[in-house]
Amino acid sequence: MLDETTPLVRIRDLKMHFPIYSGLFRRQTGAVKAVDGVSFDIQRGETLGLVGESGCGKSTCGRAVLRLYDITGGAIEIDGVEIGESSQSDLRRMRPTMQMVFQDPQASLNPRMTVEAIIREPLDEHTTLSKAEKSKKVLELMDAVGLNRRFAKRYPHAFSGGQRQRVGIARALALNPKFIVCDEPIAALDVSIQAQVVNLLEDLQEEFGLTYLFISHDLSMVRHIATRIAVMYLGKVVELAPRAPLYDAPLHPYTRALLSAVPEPDPAKAEARERIVLQGDVPSPANPPEGCNFCTRCPAVMDVCRRIDPTFQEVEPGRFVACHLYEDHASRAEKAEAHANQQGSNA
Amino acid sequence: MLTYIIRRLLISIPALLLIAFVIFMLLELAPGDPMASMPLTIPAEVKQQMREALGLGEPWWVRFPLWLKQFFIVEPAYWIDSAFGTDLAGGQQRIISFQSRSPVFDTIAERMPQTLWVVGMSYVVGVAIALPVGIISAYRQYSVFDQAGTFVSMIGFSVPPFFSGVLLIVIFSVSLGWLPSIYDTTHSVTDWDSFVFQLRQMVMPVMVLALQTTAQISRYMRAAMLDNLGQDYVRTARAKGMSERIVVLKHVLRNSMIPVITVIALGIPSIFGGAIITEQIFKVNGLGQLLIIALQGNDIPMVMTLTFLFAVLIVMFNLIADVLYGVFDPRIRYD
Repeated sequence: MLDETTPLVRIRDLKMHFPIYSGLFRRQTGAVKAVDGVSFDIQRGETLGLVGESGCGKSTCGRAVLRLYDITGGAIEIDGVEIGESSQSDLRRMRPTMQMVFQDPQASLNPRMTVEAIIREPLDEHTTLSKAEKSKKVLELMDAVGLNRRFAKRYPHAFSGGQRQRVGIARALALNPKFIVCDEPIAALDVSIQAQVVNLLEDLQEEFGLTYLFISHDLSMVRHIATRIAVMYLGKVVELAPRAPLYDAPLHPYTRALLSAVPEPDPAKAEARERIVLQGDVPSPANPPEGCNFCTRCPAVMDVCRRIDPTFQEVEPGRFVACHLYEDHASRAEKAEAHANQQGSNA
Repeated sequence: MLTYIIRRLLISIPALLLIAFVIFMLLELAPGDPMASMPLTIPAEVKQQMREALGLGEPWWVRFPLWLKQFFIVEPAYWIDSAFGTDLAGGQQRIISFQSRSPVFDTIAERMPQTLWVVGMSYVVGVAIALPVGIISAYRQYSVFDQAGTFVSMIGFSVPPFFSGVLLIVIFSVSLGWLPSIYDTTHSVTDWDSFVFQLRQMVMPVMVLALQTTAQISRYMRAAMLDNLGQDYVRTARAKGMSERIVVLKHVLRNSMIPVITVIALGIPSIFGGAIITEQIFKVNGLGQLLIIALQGNDIPMVMTLTFLFAVLIVMFNLIADVLYGVFDPRIRYD
């Protein structure tokens, strides 16, 4: 048995590039770098929040972690097993450990299967339970997520959005997973239901000892549920820190701008608050800028940012950031030299 | 569901009556004379008497209700009589063909088996080829198989049967001499050899027609599969760790069949309509051939009855397609 202190999930330099084909012969002319070198660990029983604006690669990252894509590069270790290179058929046996709750509860349920069939199908595939045991398990799962047992024979279209998401959660729980990727599980729900679903996820985490990767663009919701938070921008994690320090004293300029966009319910405080509005648009992930990805919009941009990609490093215990503001001068000069040499040798 | 079906059947009654009226008036207003093919030596007044003998002396508002009565009351009465040995019809006038002077329904009953065998079989074969082709094409989109399937479908859509049929005859009957070019209707299957002969004479007309069906259905199947393969619930199924076979054949295929079943059901009436051109080429004396000969001879009762029967079938299969939709798609309820 593995040591309980080792991280459940260990991601190193994960890359997911989608090829772009164009021209007469459909040759590959480039790639959308949806996820470009992401590294993080998730400890057992914790919730890692993954935040960022639309199109920054959060969902792709979540799917790539579960190998729903064939990744371009990097290492993914889940519960001590390296799955970065595994074939899809080998992964199938791994699937019970790692599950996913999807964003759109309507589209992610097969419209022609009853709730019971949806929840039971993974049991048919991965367990040897008898029919009666499976039915019992399905009903228990429905209880666990707060769905009335009488709804077992109904089809997904007969449910509200919140109920459908509960079905999706019950389905994910069916095989007693250790790790669940929640891909914006509350984005398609209205606010009153969002709180219910998030509380349900927290209760289930406590009850079953689950580990979550919680992907969301809702910063206040992530603050509520996550123990640590990773901030993504244009395919890269720019800052990774425990919840309290990240919200109290964000380091990366992008995190600061992002947090300043969270609405403040207290009007007095809202007035005093400084709102950082970023100029311009996110660059295309098919053609990211040279140097730091954020250099085109960064309010604290320096010369070095346009040339050298900052390294993702630990600046305080448990706090990681990828920004030249926090790289010490020695290492920066060293890197600049190395970069210049590389340029020279290329020329 | 039952209420819905009954309601639809009730609605279809006025619709069919209107269709019957429109067909009748079209034939009434169309130029042409059933006596046109009679020898010119027959005097005009004799021809007029012959027309009146056919019932053409009466105005349309007399003849149309009469046809309705014959179609809906007299003909069913004759069926019941022949089936149960009753005497409901009481020797009333049936719908008589101008050309053959025999009851229209007797001729249709004679022609029906050939059409059902050849055209119906081509439909079955076409669908049986189209479904796997569509599924594989979608699953391996842009593969060599998909490209080949697209090419064959394009041929099926663009090459008319009067070309592909004749081409097959030239290759397999004239050059190679493998298959008979004429379909022998009188042939009856009694033993193995006659069964093989029946197969050989059916191959070409069936394949010519199946190409058309395959082209159409495989495209629908492919499009429906592609629609569903990109859906979120397919990703869910993969995330559950289901095998690829179950993902494709259970999740994707079952959802994709919903529109395809409708298309297949709506295509069935055209089987009964026969394949006018293909039946002509291979000399299959089925319903299509019957219709075209009746049209050429201004055989109004035959054309009227056949066309109306097709209309009935189309209305019925529209209803069946709608009902199937409700059966296969749990999101649709007719309550």
